[in-house]
Amino acid sequence: MSNPLLRIERLALALPEGADRLYAAENLNYELNRGEILCVVGESGSGKSMTANAVMGQLPPGVRAAEGRVLFDGIDLLRLSEPEHRKLRGRRIGMIFQEPMTALNPLMRIGEQIAEVFEAHGLLTTRQRQARVIELIDEVGLPDPRSIARAYPFELSGGQRQRVMIAMALALEPELLIADEPTTALDVTTQAQILRLIKALQARRGMAVMFITHDFGVVAEIADRVCVMRHGRIVEMGTAEALLAAPQEAYTRALIDAIPGDALPPEREAREEVLLSVEGLSKVYRSGGGWFKPKREVAALNDISLTLGRGETLGIVGESGSGKSTLGRCIVGLERPDAGVMQFAGAPLENRSAALRRRIQMVFQDPYASLNPRIRIGMAIAQGPIANGVAKAEALAQARTLLATVGLDEAVAERYPHEFSGGQRQRIGIARALALAPELIVADEAVSALDVSIQAQVLELFVRLKRELNLSLLFITHDLRVAAQICDRLIVMRKGLIVEQGSAQRIFTAPREAYTKELLAAIPGRDRGVSHLATVTAG
Amino acid sequence: MSFFARFAQNRGALFGLLILVMVVALALLAPLLYPESPWRMVQRPFLAPGELSGFPLGTDTMGRDVAAGLAHGAWVSLLIGLISTLVALAIGVPLGALAGYFGGWIDDALMRITELFQTIPSFALAIVLVAIMSPSVGSVVAAISIVSWPPVARLVRGEFLSLKQREYVEAARLAGLGHWDLIVRQILPNALSPVIVLASLMIATAILLESSLSFLGLGDPDVMSWGYMIGAARTVMRQAWWLSVIPGVMILLTVLALNLVGEGLDDALNPQLARQRH
Repeated sequence: MSNPLLRIERLALALPEGADRLYAAENLNYELNRGEILCVVGESGSGKSMTANAVMGQLPPGVRAAEGRVLFDGIDLLRLSEPEHRKLRGRRIGMIFQEPMTALNPLMRIGEQIAEVFEAHGLLTTRQRQARVIELIDEVGLPDPRSIARAYPFELSGGQRQRVMIAMALALEPELLIADEPTTALDVTTQAQILRLIKALQARRGMAVMFITHDFGVVAEIADRVCVMRHGRIVEMGTAEALLAAPQEAYTRALIDAIPGDALPPEREAREEVLLSVEGLSKVYRSGGGWFKPKREVAALNDISLTLGRGETLGIVGESGSGKSTLGRCIVGLERPDAGVMQFAGAPLENRSAALRRRIQMVFQDPYASLNPRIRIGMAIAQGPIANGVAKAEALAQARTLLATVGLDEAVAERYPHEFSGGQRQRIGIARALALAPELIVADEAVSALDVSIQAQVLELFVRLKRELNLSLLFITHDLRVAAQICDRLIVMRKGLIVEQGSAQRIFTAPREAYTKELLAAIPGRDRGVSHLATVTAG
Repeated sequence: MSFFARFAQNRGALFGLLILVMVVALALLAPLLYPESPWRMVQRPFLAPGELSGFPLGTDTMGRDVAAGLAHGAWVSLLIGLISTLVALAIGVPLGALAGYFGGWIDDALMRITELFQTIPSFALAIVLVAIMSPSVGSVVAAISIVSWPPVARLVRGEFLSLKQREYVEAARLAGLGHWDLIVRQILPNALSPVIVLASLMIATAILLESSLSFLGLGDPDVMSWGYMIGAARTVMRQAWWLSVIPGVMILLTVLALNLVGEGLDDALNPQLARQRH
């Protein structure tokens, strides 16, 4: 098409003074045609979301457009007044956000929230609005539209809420849909459904879609064209098939390589010596139970049995609510199971002694929440040994050595956590776990919060440490691609039950259970993976 | 940005700090400026401000120097405000910390006690306590502390409830740290910023409470305080309004200053929130 719907010309977005760089994005040039899906890909801090905010006229305070034009159907969005922009928003440009849990008003029924979109633009009568709401809910594939319209947000799952968000964005039939990481917070099977939905709606309505993501798997799944961003600049741009098959820039190649894609995990030898054995582990969470409301019981773990060999990496894979984190927390001793027996190197783990506790350590998910903001990191690492009777000076010296082991400079021991990036913090978290010389490390979603390239580095670190220190690893993740990279054996969990277990390779090549197959099929970019690009165009 | 730079971004807070420094200076200089007892009758009563040189604020119903009373009263008000707040923190912080950290029946027991104090109107309780203990600086401080610790305990408990589930606390627990270390070294430092803000507001409330008690004649009969001055002047409101208004304005300014400083502390300690507010 000769006349693109959205044309961004030499756009530069200036950050407030004192930020770590001058521009959130600079010298951006790209076009988006009608009926096309453009994926803007980048790691955190690449300025990909900021550009979308500029199009929507919702730049955060302090950030301003310094240069360039954003032409939407010939109108420069940067020159519009707020009321003019508001008329455009919703009606001609729709947007979906990342976090479906917080994007809906918890006190309003779903139907009212969708109807509000029409109300805000003064369209349709009340009766017509209600009819449209039902149609929209139906269109985004939600079952029983009438009861959904009457439901409150908390009654819906994450995937259903994201569908409602899409229905709201589509309500006024926008020509451009901006989707900012709409599937990042969702489980992998739900993510696959939402991607299919967006693609189907886009094809049916001939919309243009600007899809912002950090995940090249998602790109392979949905994109017509791709724009790769880094540090606020465009690294590379091209059609999806060309860019994925033959990336020109080293950075793009590194990003694509960082995704395991459909690479199969190699077969690894079985381990003889059993380090950890768990039998019949059960845990029920009880909540509520006041005078007027019944107790709610959720079986987080239901009769779980597993063994872990010395030096083995066991992956626990499952979607949210599968009980995988509870399992890890029971093993390290942060939760007390209701029933079941756990043995570690022959010793029972019930009422474990300090000496036994020391031998099982944990690496946490959120690198920003797992370090105490008011304690220097040297001390954060040393405090475990100190509590276990090591002299303070010796523990601090040991902490410095550990920092070097995890690939950080020894001198950083004197700094506070806020001076580090997410990946560095995760290394510190690993050093802290290593400080007590454990034999088993439970890593609960330890790389999920990190960018792909950082993720690959941290996974490498795990593999190296495991080999050097003869560690065993219990690796809990929702991401099968990550599990494939690092695990010898996999356990697939769902709703507190073990669905399937076996060697990682066997699970990937010959899954026995329907749920495992469904999980594998849902991995974005797997079928049309990076090396099988012929199918991308057909999709 | 440094702590003070963030604090100074809030102009009101800077203004509050200025007033506070002036009041503190007045309190500290009182023995030098007015070495004699503020209770001494030095001139004829009902001198209006500026009527006679040497008595810039005039004299009260008994011929005592109002300016001297004001300066000595500043010392008493600030001291009682500060000490009673410290005592309230000393009661509230440990109780809240224990309740929040351990939860379960300890939490239930401590919170029921806290609620017991919260359900009794605080000023009425303070009056009863001072009346029982007979008015003195000590009993006034005790009464104010006893009525003002429950909000501290509630706040600290809430902070502990959320902070104890942070991953860094769990990591420290896994590393084998004991309860004392977890409470004092891991959680408490992170729970303190709202407590500091609350404390600055509590000093203001304590000054008001002390003034109210003194107004009712329940202050220490041996020390001059702003509340007493207002109380003593209320019968002559029509003839000599300034006798009530001058100490009243002092209370107003001091309490306002403390509130402004409290808000500035809040901005400085929670820079994330401050940026959204401005």
